[in-house]
Amino acid sequence: MSFLELDRVGKRFGPTTVVDDFSLVVRKGEFISFLGPSGCGKTTTLQMIAGFLDPSRGAIRLEGKDLTAVPPAKRGLGIVFQSYALFPHLTAAENVAFGLEMRRVPRAERGERVRATLAMVGLEGFEERYPRRMSGGQQQRVALARALVIRPSVLLLDEPLSNLDAKLREEMQIELRQIQRNLGTTTILVTHDQSEAMSLSDRIVVMSQGRIEQIGTPQETYERPATTFVSQFLGKTNDFAAEIDRGTAPARLIAGSWSAPAPPGVAGPVTISVRPERIGFGEAGLTAAVVTRIFQGNHWLFQCDSECGPAIVIRQNDGTPQPAEGEAVRLTWRTEDMSLRARGSV
Amino acid sequence: MSAMVDTAPAHPVAPARDEGRASAPWALAAPALMLFLGVLVIPLAMTVLLSFHDWGQYKGIEPVLILKNWHEIATDPYYLEMFGRTFRIALLTTLITAVLGAPEAYILNRMAGPWKSFFLLVILGPLLISVVARTLGWALLFGGNNGLVNKLLMSLGLIDAPLPFMFTETGVVVALAHVMMPFMVLSVWAALQRLDPQIENAATSLGAGSFTIMRRIIMPQIMPGVLAGAIIVFSLSASAFATPAIIGGRRLKVAATLAYDEFLNTLNWPLGAAVAVLLLVALVLIVVGSNALIERRYAEVFR
Amino acid sequence: MRRNGPLALTFHAIFVIVMLAPIAVVCLVAFTPEGYLSLPTNGFSLRWFRAIANYPEFVRAFWVSLGLGALSSLMALLFAIPAALAIARYKFRGRDTLAALFQSPLMIPHVVLGIAFLRFFTAIGMGGTFGALLVAHVIVVFPFALRLTLAAATGMDRSVEMAAISLGAGGWTLFRRVTLPLILPGVVSGWALAFIQSFDDLTMTVFLATPGTETLPVRMFLYIQDNIDPLVTSVSACVIAITMAALVLLDRFYGLDRVLAGKSDTGR
Repeated sequence: MSFLELDRVGKRFGPTTVVDDFSLVVRKGEFISFLGPSGCGKTTTLQMIAGFLDPSRGAIRLEGKDLTAVPPAKRGLGIVFQSYALFPHLTAAENVAFGLEMRRVPRAERGERVRATLAMVGLEGFEERYPRRMSGGQQQRVALARALVIRPSVLLLDEPLSNLDAKLREEMQIELRQIQRNLGTTTILVTHDQSEAMSLSDRIVVMSQGRIEQIGTPQETYERPATTFVSQFLGKTNDFAAEIDRGTAPARLIAGSWSAPAPPGVAGPVTISVRPERIGFGEAGLTAAVVTRIFQGNHWLFQCDSECGPAIVIRQNDGTPQPAEGEAVRLTWRTEDMSLRARGSV
Repeated sequence: MSAMVDTAPAHPVAPARDEGRASAPWALAAPALMLFLGVLVIPLAMTVLLSFHDWGQYKGIEPVLILKNWHEIATDPYYLEMFGRTFRIALLTTLITAVLGAPEAYILNRMAGPWKSFFLLVILGPLLISVVARTLGWALLFGGNNGLVNKLLMSLGLIDAPLPFMFTETGVVVALAHVMMPFMVLSVWAALQRLDPQIENAATSLGAGSFTIMRRIIMPQIMPGVLAGAIIVFSLSASAFATPAIIGGRRLKVAATLAYDEFLNTLNWPLGAAVAVLLLVALVLIVVGSNALIERRYAEVFR
Repeated sequence: MRRNGPLALTFHAIFVIVMLAPIAVVCLVAFTPEGYLSLPTNGFSLRWFRAIANYPEFVRAFWVSLGLGALSSLMALLFAIPAALAIARYKFRGRDTLAALFQSPLMIPHVVLGIAFLRFFTAIGMGGTFGALLVAHVIVVFPFALRLTLAAATGMDRSVEMAAISLGAGGWTLFRRVTLPLILPGVVSGWALAFIQSFDDLTMTVFLATPGTETLPVRMFLYIQDNIDPLVTSVSACVIAITMAALVLLDRFYGLDRVLAGKSDTGR
């Protein structure tokens, strides 16, 4: 059932189109990520949902009602900003209480809800602290509590973890996911970090230059990228140019010295896309030479020069001897590990 | 992929509720705008108008449009001399502040943290202290036989008569330079803040000596700051009132003190207004002109 | 960072001494026990500070200056805060012109301003009134009030306001509960700077002040024109002390280097 719906939403600033033809249906309780590089329009889309920007065209509906005419103060959405945007002149408790005050929630209930929400984000005992005297992670939690305490219909998270260091970010990801599951709050996360999007979301909306590239589960977008952009943006990938040889029967898919039976329904020149961890060294396959070999603890990273251009290979460090730099190798992979796109399509 | 990629929204200036609110800024600025139009623009226009009015000892101000005052200023050598003195004093003051203020700003910038803030405060603080009090200090130090420095030097037998300071151009220039110095230090200081602190080390590593670094690396980069400071100091000195009035006295008139006399002693308001308007126009032309020159000269280096 | 050599430090020492000497000498002479201008070599005396009380025109001028400074800076802020928000928040046609107009009292020589105000207020029949002086001072200190408020408004994290809006705040509540507290350091500093400017202004005020509305600098200036004696040094010392107090306030709230170096202007 559709809960939040964006219907062909577009946004222009003067002559530049920042978001174009954005359509998305979010189900109640779903965790959605807008993923893309900076300037792809993901934050603009979030701000349109929040009401800080008006769409140039299209409609945004919440439970069937048009949101566009509702001022941002009345939308009842919870927002966590990249800078946390805590009120520096208010204590943690006062920050969290602000939205309840605006809603004229009675004092007693207010105090109870503030306390409970701060406890939920693990900040008991920090009620009287001022934001300046809290760590980045703690400020982050206050911001989250402040957004959640008003029981928002949708929680909007704008790059909420990007100012934290790597370890804290991972912890917060897990915690965020748990809180969201427990409360069942429909959530939209804007991020440029693909691992964050993958570990948190039910579905990912990959965006580039104001357009949606792909909407799918983390696994779908990773395993079966719809476009070159998606395959490049979500982790490292190898693209090889390939041909379909119809001279043989059954037809064969050929990339250099590598070949496999052509899958049905594919014609003309195509691009093969294979993740580095899915490529192995074998007896047959693409001819290549190892250019550099980098040890990275739990795995090896090889940069190879193949007959179809540069290739990256990642091998688990399972103790077996690995090819040395300069060694000639053959690269091979299973057909189910690659994805195919008609060449020329973006 | 780095986590610190620039994730700022593409349009940081996009205001909340960005459309259909073109009148909002004007509504906010309206009270101040009204105030300025009513009590600044209109009085200035009236002053320009006043400079074309006639005046007589007994008839007072006559609201006619004539060029009498402007003609008098253009032909009477007294005004040429007076404006000459005004701009000579301003130019000398500017030179002194530049020659002494720029090195001081540089030295200041090389000091260690706490000393730097302390001395910055000591040098810039006087900017906010009454000009009358600061000028009074110079009068106490050098004012005639009673001047403390004069007395000291005479009692030591170093000089026979007090150093001429009061009622001299030298006196006015020295006191003005003291009053204006913070502006120059500030301006050069601001330019130095934009300097990459590693740049001197880079030059040293390339084999440059101190003098070369100063001449080839530092000077060109703080020059815009010196020039910007010079414009401020010049225009403030040329229109200064308190210092020339106290040190220069009634004999050594500059534009501001002359206009004051015309208004409050002679009561020839139209002539005083003409002097003031001429000063304003001259300064605007000089400031705008030199700003344009500086911008053209340094446009490539600084955006 | 490379260190300063002995030559540079000598230059610096002389520079600082010369910068401070005139101010120091005024303050020192104020404490002289003698009846004439001299350094207090035979002990300190407060006789010249007590003497101020015998000159009611100085005392009255002091109260005029204090009231004028407090009122004009406050009024300037009332105009400057909304104007600063308009300039900081919105991109609109005429924005640069507006900003230039608001800064213009800094560019126009104060003699010219004094003359223009004298002409204007005489023409509308307000010549020589405290009201005229007050309005003139509001204009003159407005750029200072605006500059620091504008810096604070420009430097403010807009998402904090957005957060407040998303939580349901709007209009006056938003301004009072969030915006004003956030720009408060800039506003207070702007007030202090504007106060100092008003308190110290001579050139413009000397045209408008009449015996009933003389400010302290005007009274001091007119006094010095006639004769210089230790009385005027003790008055000056008081003025310097008051300015210092305002400076300390400024430094606390904002950092003096930021105020003076006008880092604000880069915000545009």
